[in-house]
Amino acid sequence: MREERGGRGGRGGDKKDGKGGADSPRRGFFRRRRVCKFCAEKIDYINYKDVRLLAPFLPERGKIQPRRISGTCALHQRKLQVAIKRARQLALIPYVTD
Amino acid sequence: MSTTRQYELVYIVTPEASEQGVADLHTQIEQIVQRFNGTLDKTENWGRKRLAYDIGHHREGTYVVETISGSGELMKEIDRRLRVIDQVIRHLIVRVDEELRVAQRTSEARKTFSARRRVARGLPPERQPGEGRGDADSQDDMEGLEVQR
Repeated sequence: MREERGGRGGRGGDKKDGKGGADSPRRGFFRRRRVCKFCAEKIDYINYKDVRLLAPFLPERGKIQPRRISGTCALHQRKLQVAIKRARQLALIPYVTD
Repeated sequence: MSTTRQYELVYIVTPEASEQGVADLHTQIEQIVQRFNGTLDKTENWGRKRLAYDIGHHREGTYVVETISGSGELMKEIDRRLRVIDQVIRHLIVRVDEELRVAQRTSEARKTFSARRRVARGLPPERQPGEGRGDADSQDDMEGLEVQR
């Protein structure tokens, strides 16, 4: 119980003023509003042939962007993952880029 | 007995192949589909596109997408044939009927749910023009943040 509290406190970061001010870039990153793109735009079927839909979830390296960064919900991340892998097989999207 | 399912077939033809060659491939597939009592619902030719990575020394290829309704045996045969044909450098068969049904069901569920809630609030079931905060695209001011890393 106590441990959980401690963890929460650290995340909230409101107990110490010296660390995690509003001007720190990490805080800004952390506080960003994250909404699942597919929920927000009501996209039910993630089409693997639609490269422009998938492209925002592939950073320069070509890896699938994790949920914690993109903010995609679990359901859509799962579907997105399948779509990306299919698109890769068809050489629409690279496996790796260097 | 075999049930009818809907599949999507995408194949990439070598850039060396002529338009006639691509058309021939299409008729070949059509024949197989007919032989197995399936139907070819839709054909889409994307034309020549650059590949994201090289496939066997090829840098580009002609993409063809076909939507086929038929049995699993039919798709098995098509898969086997495409594997043998050298002109086809890559192909992918995906069963789509279930995925599309799920997508349709969720969109319908969302519609009825929103209609029910709107009626409960004393509003007409459909969203009226000019209502709400506008579309999501114009609102998205976070796009720029995504890029800078």
